[in-house]
Amino acid sequence: MSNTSDIVNDAAATTGTRRTTLAADASPQSAAEYVRAALKRMRGGDLGPLPIIFGLVLIVIIFQSLNDKFLTPHNFVNLIVQMAGVTAIAYGVVFVLLLGEIDLSVGYVSAVVGVSLVVMLRPGSVDSPTMFVWYTALPIALLIGAAIGILHGLIITTFQVPSFVVTLAGLLAWNGVVLAVIGEGGTLILQDQTILGVANSYLPPEWGWIAAVAVVAWFSIGTYLRTRARRKKGLHTTPISVTVVQVVAFAFVILFAVYVVNQDIVCHTVSDQNVCVQRGVPVVGVILLLLLVSLTFLTERTRFGRYIYAIGGNKEAARRAGIKVERTRVLVFMLSSLLAGVGGVILASRLRSVDTNAGGGQLLLNSIASAVFGGASLFGGRGKISNALLGALVIASVENGMGLLNISDAAQFIVTGLVLLAAVIVDALSRRRLAQSGVA
Amino acid sequence: MAQENSSTQPLLQLKGVSKHFGAVQALSKVDFEAKVGEVMALVGDNGAGKSTLIKGIAGIYSFDEGEIYFDSKLVHIHNPRDSAALGIEVVYQDLALADNLDVVANMFLGRERVRPPFSLDEGSMELSSIETLNSLSVTTLRSVRQTVAGLSGGQRQAVAVAKAVMWNSRLVILDEPTAALGVAQTRQVLDLVRRLADRGLAVVLISHNLHDVFEAADRITVLRLGQNVKVYSAKQTTQQEVVHAITAGTLQSVPGMN
Repeated sequence: MSNTSDIVNDAAATTGTRRTTLAADASPQSAAEYVRAALKRMRGGDLGPLPIIFGLVLIVIIFQSLNDKFLTPHNFVNLIVQMAGVTAIAYGVVFVLLLGEIDLSVGYVSAVVGVSLVVMLRPGSVDSPTMFVWYTALPIALLIGAAIGILHGLIITTFQVPSFVVTLAGLLAWNGVVLAVIGEGGTLILQDQTILGVANSYLPPEWGWIAAVAVVAWFSIGTYLRTRARRKKGLHTTPISVTVVQVVAFAFVILFAVYVVNQDIVCHTVSDQNVCVQRGVPVVGVILLLLLVSLTFLTERTRFGRYIYAIGGNKEAARRAGIKVERTRVLVFMLSSLLAGVGGVILASRLRSVDTNAGGGQLLLNSIASAVFGGASLFGGRGKISNALLGALVIASVENGMGLLNISDAAQFIVTGLVLLAAVIVDALSRRRLAQSGVA
Repeated sequence: MAQENSSTQPLLQLKGVSKHFGAVQALSKVDFEAKVGEVMALVGDNGAGKSTLIKGIAGIYSFDEGEIYFDSKLVHIHNPRDSAALGIEVVYQDLALADNLDVVANMFLGRERVRPPFSLDEGSMELSSIETLNSLSVTTLRSVRQTVAGLSGGQRQAVAVAKAVMWNSRLVILDEPTAALGVAQTRQVLDLVRRLADRGLAVVLISHNLHDVFEAADRITVLRLGQNVKVYSAKQTTQQEVVHAITAGTLQSVPGMN
């Protein structure tokens, strides 16, 4: 049928078996070799998520020693809810960064979506209830977000103007839209119970356990099936002992996190009686994880994701390979605004309202910082969705810890800035080392 | 190597192709051919029309006049997809590899295999990449899962060539494949070029380096100022003769005078 398959068959015939390894293959065969290879990579500057995990441990030690409320189940649950909005926005920022572009409009786009949702759910009078229920209002609000992203993308690709400028214009214009809808100085209260539940409800403890066990089972079975499929084809697999360690570590992290959040018991005094409620896994935490899994699948296991990396790495190569570069770029800006919208919904739900400050303040910078902090490159082609989650966790931890210590806003800004600077310098140093060792 | 080549029909044959850009006549009435199992070198000074000829074959743009025969059939190539459909693959000088992707991802870029409903079939792509690289006796790659950024110039060239031959290709055009390489890597790439022809592909090699050309090519087409000078058999000519043809070869017409 083809010359190439003939060639391949010839090769197979002469060697007797289908060779599934390269002549100079150097993949690690045993756990010891695997660890040695990993250490060698690290010495070469490929630190992976290590610096950020180290930073996180450092932050925990510092804040816990200053205030023993920091490392409590209650504060951990609060932290998840506090970081959720920024994290969702940061997921979208990763997509844009992978292309080597930037989206400065995500803060106010999230506000536009949040405001649209709250406006649609505004309670009417008794005889004219709201036009929308949550399950129609939510998709419409998110569609508005997606449409804004498509608009940005079309302007960027049609007129070939830098995304920096287009989304900077978006930043201003959408801020104006938010102000116009809310009215100067106003606040719109969110009263829909379902949407309020997004950031204010928790899984019952037993549901948290079931979800955790399901996630662990899914991860283990998935790893097992993938390893088996590769082994059947004769391809290289990670040594079994290493895989087992990975699965056990994953299971431990998930189960321990659920254990911790299930310890969170909140007590109120209701008519002289002390009523205690167990909070458990926040629903937004589940949403963040579902987004993490599905977006990671999208970026790493689909053609669309592969094309995003290819365009970020070498736009001309992507074009010559027949990839529809401009269409992919528009879709990425759509995703960025859509995820900003998801973040906007979470923020509106957490604050139980939207006001004229929505989308402002540090929201934009924190979401971009989260992605960059976690390891997504500003120059395109390198990064993962999980980077945003780790980065947001660090930034939220710093803010949360300083909030517990009642540190002034001024000092908070300075500290956050210094932490970001430190992270970027560590990243730049490891990259330089990587370049010297000829790996990147 | 070049056994009975003279008797076989050329796989690709260009007859009297011309191309002009505004007032510049880049190619005028050029004939060119490439045969199965043969390395045809295309040499000429800067501005001789080598790139124009290649881009016309690759479908980057169309020739103004002249005919293209592929497998003895008249064909029309208007865009890169037409040439790819015929089995023509071009390895450009800049290789067009994405540094941040691994070898497998680069070899399948734009033509990924997908397992329904939409997840990439990494295992099958990895297997095919390894088989293609092995069939080309590429011996220096340590893993197909390392990123292209970490590869040497010769390894990159090997990946780009393997990427080109993987797609039912019958004619592979290599644009200056040894331009940026050291001695050992040049050796490896020239061996690779030779193997492509020995495996039954038609190969066109563009190079400025006559030493490389004489090492790998069976025949040499010399272009000068957009016109044919001569086609030499590598065994029956010398570097001096080819250099003379490149710099002072006889032309049918002097550009600008007709």
